[in-house]
Amino acid sequence: MADFVLPAQKPLIAGDKTPADVTREICHSLEGRPTPLWWGGFLLALSLLLLGAAAVTYEVATGIGTWGVNRTVGWAVGITCFVFWIGIGHAGTLISAILFLLRQRWRTSVNRSAEAMTIFAVMCAGVFPVIHLGRPWMAYWLFPYPNTRGPLWVNYRSPLVWDAFAIGAYFTISLVFWYLGLIPDLATVRDRLCSGFRHKLASVMSLGWNGSFRTWHRYESVYLMLAGLATPLVLSVHTIVSWDFATGIIPGWHATIFPPYFVAGAIFSGVAMVLTLVLVARKTMRLEDYITLRHIDVMCKLLLLTSGIVAIAYATEFFTALYSTGHFEEFAFLNRAFGPFGWAYAIMVGCNVLVPQLLWFRKVRSNLWMVFPISILINVGMWFERFVIIVTSLHRDFLPSSWTSYRPTPIELSMLVGSFGLFFTLFLLFCRLLPVVAMAEVKGVLHVGHERKVEAPSAPFLLPPVEELEPVGAVVARGGLE
Amino acid sequence: MSRRVVIGVFAEEGGLLGVTRAARAEGMKVIDAYTPYPVHGLDSAMGLRPSRLPWVCFWAAITGAALKLWFEFWTTMVDWPLNVGGKPWNSLPAFVPVTFEVMVLSAGLATVFAFLVLARLWPNKQPALVIPGITDDRFVLVLEESDARFDFDRVRKLFQKFGAVKIEERLEEA
Repeated sequence: MADFVLPAQKPLIAGDKTPADVTREICHSLEGRPTPLWWGGFLLALSLLLLGAAAVTYEVATGIGTWGVNRTVGWAVGITCFVFWIGIGHAGTLISAILFLLRQRWRTSVNRSAEAMTIFAVMCAGVFPVIHLGRPWMAYWLFPYPNTRGPLWVNYRSPLVWDAFAIGAYFTISLVFWYLGLIPDLATVRDRLCSGFRHKLASVMSLGWNGSFRTWHRYESVYLMLAGLATPLVLSVHTIVSWDFATGIIPGWHATIFPPYFVAGAIFSGVAMVLTLVLVARKTMRLEDYITLRHIDVMCKLLLLTSGIVAIAYATEFFTALYSTGHFEEFAFLNRAFGPFGWAYAIMVGCNVLVPQLLWFRKVRSNLWMVFPISILINVGMWFERFVIIVTSLHRDFLPSSWTSYRPTPIELSMLVGSFGLFFTLFLLFCRLLPVVAMAEVKGVLHVGHERKVEAPSAPFLLPPVEELEPVGAVVARGGLE
Repeated sequence: MSRRVVIGVFAEEGGLLGVTRAARAEGMKVIDAYTPYPVHGLDSAMGLRPSRLPWVCFWAAITGAALKLWFEFWTTMVDWPLNVGGKPWNSLPAFVPVTFEVMVLSAGLATVFAFLVLARLWPNKQPALVIPGITDDRFVLVLEESDARFDFDRVRKLFQKFGAVKIEERLEEA
């Protein structure tokens, strides 16, 4: 079957590789000693993490007064970071689940690192609300459990409780999804290495995987179901995050556009972060054949699309505010764009709407020296988007006597930096301990765009009965969708 | 109890796919195939029925959602009713998000757990690999020598036709 070639289709994986090449090349980066570049990055990330940890320790020991927040601006950098990191995580689920359901097979090269990014980003995100509680050791109060205070249960009508459940479910399902995808690859690592820490880790974690197709058959079914579950889950998570704001009555927050606007923004920022990470990974780990210019091109187009959605959301929001004739709503938006934080609004629009327009040009999309800075600028812009939404809506509220400004303290900035430290520390450890490319999935798409080498059997008695042969039309149609 | 099996090792997925179809058309009994990645179309070639795991997913979702919804009503209306901002005791729309999250969580965890139980996978299990390299780049078909009509020569020819790199008879402890 299927020894036809689609002329229009370029191979997904360059270099005419065999499955053995994939195993060798992906495992190679696990087996050698870390490069000086890795050590440099790791030590930098670790020191940022330690700085953040010191800031958090000081804040917990002293109190929320070490932050720049005040009675008017009660949420600022902490919640900005929370929303930012949750948003980063969403692209991982987009790539692993939504693109899987849409049969976008280019995802195989990047889905493992994108899923790892999701997990680490959600970990970074989870830290901030817990610190923000002021008494983080009582974080378990967020969940309903039988207690001696009544028992007094959580208030299920509150979006903050929804948030705790949404983040908890999202983290758990993402972790399970990632691990499920890792099992066959861990088996490959187990069978390739004979000793050492990675071999032990892979032996325990690969669960005795032996490549049985009966297991693969069930595995694919489970994978499909998890993708189907993760897709509405990821949409619900950022919807619920947006409800943290939208169910409040603050002008600038109280908007029905928030759920789709937040989800689109999340995917936008997340794809930018995936792009940043894979550009670094492909260069430092020599994955150019796996993460080709085609992958980068597709992700740039995704950025362009989501940037367009975000731009429409900004415009709609502004138009609605001016058209509503509500004084407070109108003021909130004019103040956002032209008030004391107008510079932040300019960064947001510049980085999220104007800069991505460069990606319309194929020359820009294929020039990594352009794509890399663009992806970083988008991340900066998306951080400022959340900052603008949170701080500018709060700092001049209904009562002018309570108007104030906000300036982050070094403690808050150290926490921001520390969250990047945590993220990159975990990501760099992941690069050393686990296969960064989903080997089993990549092996499955090696033939895409290549001519198959296997000849059809010639002897007539060996041919399968006619009803088992797929009609040629169906095969071509399926290949055409890939 | 033990059984005699024939294993054929192939270097290409196309060989495995073809030989599996041909062997089943010949009326031979396929015990299992071993592959480094899920080979597209091998499930129909082996005649595997669709997995029943979606039912686990479905019922776990229903059960998880129903229990959580009941729990939300029970805590809010029965066990310790607390008036929050004058909102009604029965705030069903506000109970939906958490119910949804718990539904997804219970469905996902139950499905994966059921899969691990059915596929007999557990931490630190020592696998019985059919050949070394099966998780790398080899494709293996295992046929049962089921009855007196079984003709090893015929199987060997069939395997060779599809480019088998190795053919072996084994006694397998069932």
